[in-house]
Amino acid sequence: MKWKVKVIVRLKEGLNDPEGRVIGNALKNLGFSVENLRVPKYFEFELESERPEEEVEEMCRKLLANPLIHEWEYSVEPVS
Amino acid sequence: MVKFAVVVFPGTNCDFETEMAIQKAGAEAERVWYKASLKDFDGVVLPGGFSYADYLRAGAIAARQEIMEEVRELARDGKPVLGICNGFQILTEAGLLPGALRPNKTPRFICRWVHLRVADTETPFTGLYEPGEVIRMPIAHAEGNYYVEDPSKVRVVFQYSDEKGNVTEEANPNGSLLNIAGISNGKGNVLGIMPHPERASDRFLGSEDGLRLFRSMVEYARR
Repeated sequence: MKWKVKVIVRLKEGLNDPEGRVIGNALKNLGFSVENLRVPKYFEFELESERPEEEVEEMCRKLLANPLIHEWEYSVEPVS
Repeated sequence: MVKFAVVVFPGTNCDFETEMAIQKAGAEAERVWYKASLKDFDGVVLPGGFSYADYLRAGAIAARQEIMEEVRELARDGKPVLGICNGFQILTEAGLLPGALRPNKTPRFICRWVHLRVADTETPFTGLYEPGEVIRMPIAHAEGNYYVEDPSKVRVVFQYSDEKGNVTEEANPNGSLLNIAGISNGKGNVLGIMPHPERASDRFLGSEDGLRLFRSMVEYARR
């Protein structure tokens, strides 16, 4: 079966996100009252699998994230 | 004569300099494409550069290539394994060294000379330095901000310092925990270092301080 997968990988809370800080400051300079802007990584792909959740979890652990500094979430939907 | 492999991934760019530094330190060196084998080498160096263009995270994709299994074997056998800059990133991503190298505190590429304090002279890479000695090497990286959950468990080998050897916040270029510039595994035979010793291996480059790292490594491998 084929699935559409969406994965978000972000730095764990409390870890400094310098890219987010710079972008947040730029928005502030434009007059928006933005705080705590973070820049997660977003992946989307199609996956042929009988156990998609398990495989996506494994992908995150093995490559897409660095478990030491990242947390992740994902969604899996059948491709019609 | 002892012989070192200098591994070349797509995007590696400090391989020639590293090869020359090892030769100058008195050993044979050979640049080895990452699809080749590391059998018959007395040690391995993962040089700097931008493997796989730093896509995903610096070093992440290189760390998952097959050749890293052979690097792991060399490390297990007690042979010297040195990762410089991108090589350090690859070693942490591969789990051969603890911790992670995050984007610099100020998120931009930093390229300049820094001072380092040699914190541990008991490793195969630092035997020719004096304890607490201050040396000069250049850094050139965007992701050199060392992080680990429990820094007390890490074997710190080099720290960013001022020219007198004071480990201060001002002397920390990238936000690394404890000003860490280089660490080793518990045994000491795997070293990761963000600054570039190969770019400080000849007087005409501005410093010879990095050459002693290679000389120490070569002497150790000869034993």
